[in-house]
Amino acid sequence: MSVSRRDFLKISGALIVSFGAESLAGPLVHAQGPFDTHPSHIDPTKLDSWIAVAADGTVTAYTGKCDFGQGMFTAQTQLVAEELCVSVSRVKLIQCDTSVAPDQGTTSGSQSSPTNFNSGNLGQAAATAREALLSMAAKRFGEQSDQLTVADGIITGKSGRRVTYAELIGSHRFDIPLSATAKRRSQEQWTVLGKAVPSLDRPALMTGQFEFVHNVRVPGMLHGRVVRPPDVGGTVASVDESSVRQIPGVVKVVVRKDFVGVVAEKQSQAVQAARQLKVKWNTGVGLPPQNTFYESLRKLPSRDVLVVDSKDVEQKLAGAGTVVRATYVYSYQMHGSVGTSCAVADVKPDHATVWSATQSVYPTRSIVAKLLGLPLEGVRVIYVRGSGCYGLNGADAVSFDAALMSHAVGKPVRVQLSREDEMAWENFGAASLIDQRAAIDQKGAIVAWDCENWETSRGGRPGYDHPGNVITGVLAGFEPVTVTARAAEEPKGKLRNNNNAVPSYIAGCIDGKCGGGGTIRSERVLFHTVPSPFFTGPLRSPSRIQNTFAHESFMDELGARAKADPVAFRLRHLSEERIINVVKAAADAFKWERRPSPKPNIAQTGIVRGRGIACVAYEGDNGYSALIAEVDVDLASGRVMPKKFVVAVDAGPISNPDGLRNQSEGGILQGMSRALGEIVTWNDKRVTSTDWESYNSLYLGSDMPAIEVILMKPTGVPATGAGETAITVVPAALGNAIFDATGVRLREVPFTPDRVRAALLAQRT
Amino acid sequence: MGTISLRVNGKLHILELDPATPLLFVLADELGLRGPKFGCGMAQCGACTVIVRGEVVRSCVMPVSAVGKDEVTTLEGLGTPEKPHPIQQAFIDEGAAQCGFCLSGVMLTAKAVLDEKPDASDQEIRDALGGVLCRCFTHTRMLRAIRKYADAKRKV
Repeated sequence: MSVSRRDFLKISGALIVSFGAESLAGPLVHAQGPFDTHPSHIDPTKLDSWIAVAADGTVTAYTGKCDFGQGMFTAQTQLVAEELCVSVSRVKLIQCDTSVAPDQGTTSGSQSSPTNFNSGNLGQAAATAREALLSMAAKRFGEQSDQLTVADGIITGKSGRRVTYAELIGSHRFDIPLSATAKRRSQEQWTVLGKAVPSLDRPALMTGQFEFVHNVRVPGMLHGRVVRPPDVGGTVASVDESSVRQIPGVVKVVVRKDFVGVVAEKQSQAVQAARQLKVKWNTGVGLPPQNTFYESLRKLPSRDVLVVDSKDVEQKLAGAGTVVRATYVYSYQMHGSVGTSCAVADVKPDHATVWSATQSVYPTRSIVAKLLGLPLEGVRVIYVRGSGCYGLNGADAVSFDAALMSHAVGKPVRVQLSREDEMAWENFGAASLIDQRAAIDQKGAIVAWDCENWETSRGGRPGYDHPGNVITGVLAGFEPVTVTARAAEEPKGKLRNNNNAVPSYIAGCIDGKCGGGGTIRSERVLFHTVPSPFFTGPLRSPSRIQNTFAHESFMDELGARAKADPVAFRLRHLSEERIINVVKAAADAFKWERRPSPKPNIAQTGIVRGRGIACVAYEGDNGYSALIAEVDVDLASGRVMPKKFVVAVDAGPISNPDGLRNQSEGGILQGMSRALGEIVTWNDKRVTSTDWESYNSLYLGSDMPAIEVILMKPTGVPATGAGETAITVVPAALGNAIFDATGVRLREVPFTPDRVRAALLAQRT
Repeated sequence: MGTISLRVNGKLHILELDPATPLLFVLADELGLRGPKFGCGMAQCGACTVIVRGEVVRSCVMPVSAVGKDEVTTLEGLGTPEKPHPIQQAFIDEGAAQCGFCLSGVMLTAKAVLDEKPDASDQEIRDALGGVLCRCFTHTRMLRAIRKYADAKRKV
């Protein structure tokens, strides 16, 4: 079925206005992609794949980077408005729909701003469109392009003649490639970007009218619930379908290898049937004891990467006056979305539509096609916002659950996970064990730093090919990507620090080229990836929060050993200007008093106060932050009460300062929740932290620290990621503040009251 | 199955359903309301919050039959995007959300406590919000918006 471009724009207009499932479930399922491209085959090198101007002057823009609540919808709308010189209200952004939006992979890794706001993709498309429109107008007026002015989609010539974008192009395609040379509007010219444009979703969100994926309703839709194994690695022995036959509304028990689900007419019936279904499960694989788990990681077969090695570290350590060693542990943590994951799938014999909160619509399309044996072109995945994900939560798995169940019943099925299924089976943030060793010379300078890291891994993002990377795929018979043991090769090429395995203070030299942020030239970083009993996957600041906790805590230990002020000690070993600047900015704003930690004359009872700093160059060069935490510690209970946070963030040019503040504030509190309370627990068979009583989160009733966010304004640099820079430094800043207050060093996240109390008691004995 | 009459946001609905059905599923699935949401099913997070008899209720654990003749107010019952309730306006002004999934619990709980006690202190407001989760941790903005709403309400 062919839809004219004009019709398409009409439909897409409706799509964005209502976000409505009804409009989506209708004719659009069969609609072709924009401008007669093959559905889901959208050529990102063509301008028409990104930008269309309708007859009424409305600009429709298509993006593969979606909004989960981090503000990307508003920021990208600003970007298009800015580059095209139209008002925000004229731009309709369509995000992450495999039928109409270009494949931009996964919205993750703090990559949306670098991808779409710098030299290519969406921003470049909008600039290309502006230049094309200006040259059309120039031709019409018989003037030069650079003599024209443009405001809100109206071009005015030197002669005073005026023409609108709609008159120039409305309802026609540009038919030109994306121009790499189209001039981008400079930060000084910005009128829309850089402004605190209120997030466009606010009125609908605050009044309960915003459509989440949980609210998608498709005519004839049924409700599904999954029945997961009780134990990790459990497999189906038998399923007694008769056990739910008497429940009204039950449509089908769906079994595919070890995948079990029930489909019913109503949600409550599905819930009841899932609870009542009798499944005989084979025992699982068994789990290692939690108390010795982290130390055991050293002995596992590992995939090794030698990130940097100056080859003289052992020698320097052996010859040094002072050698400091410490081991840090970071526990498994959860995404723990407040809403359990949900998706709706409508699978027909030859095609399927999935409404999903996935970060990866195109990869999800591939996996759904693979699971159902459908051709790729027959699957459409439409992103609809879910509950905040912070990485790979259950959104992908539940999309596959819905697809399998809809496939089995031939009707649209909505699946929402139970709280227990969400928390027991999500891809956790990895657990890590990190050994640090460093040598300090007589002048109190660090002269060698050695870091060895063991990080757990099982599965991860399914990507385009690996359904088994999340629970549903494994249950349906696919293998997860597991760790293949491999010895490290010699480092070569450019220093790669995209997981922050490299501390900021080392020079990071490979073949004479130094890509690190610091001055320490005797350096080695060896990273082992080891198998995990649980699924793991990206959780806000994956690897980076674990590594930065170890680096920034250790830096504090070294400073304390050298009796140096923590800020001065950092500055002494840093060479990278932008990280130096955030450290200075945070220290100035906090009115940091220069002295070593711990603070002198610590009280032995009551509540003591301390301050700590941590900083990071996120992924080496994708954003910079420094955070100072001020905490009270109750010496009797071990409770840590953060009182104040001051963070300086450098994200390059800021698209929306309000959005960046919101991300930084939220990141800090999420970091505080993770640092002080969040930990996945398990017994010998299964995960035991499966609700909000067994997995601690900071509630809204908790005492809130004051938060001050300082936004750096560097010039002449590209945009970086912004959503993960603040959270990355929270655990270390808190640990360092606790040390400052008490003299006790905590080397294992989270710093629960029990652990703090035990450490305080150990110090006294 | 049974016949249930349910008054929600000023409208009376006559429904044929199992009276044991959780109120949340009735609101979300039968009436298509988007405010109350399933977060945990165990009254631990607040995402499903509605107001009945002036009190906050976790609709995920309340059978629809328990509502009786009382009016149920959901987040969309307070105001509209065009004409938001003052507490919604305060949240809009403060940008007090990220993903926004938790908002029913946050706003309705705050509204209920301030309806009951207009001069509630920050501590009393926080106590009321003790069982409400926001996993984007938009806490500071939310508490600021609630304070702003409370102060404006007291002046009226």
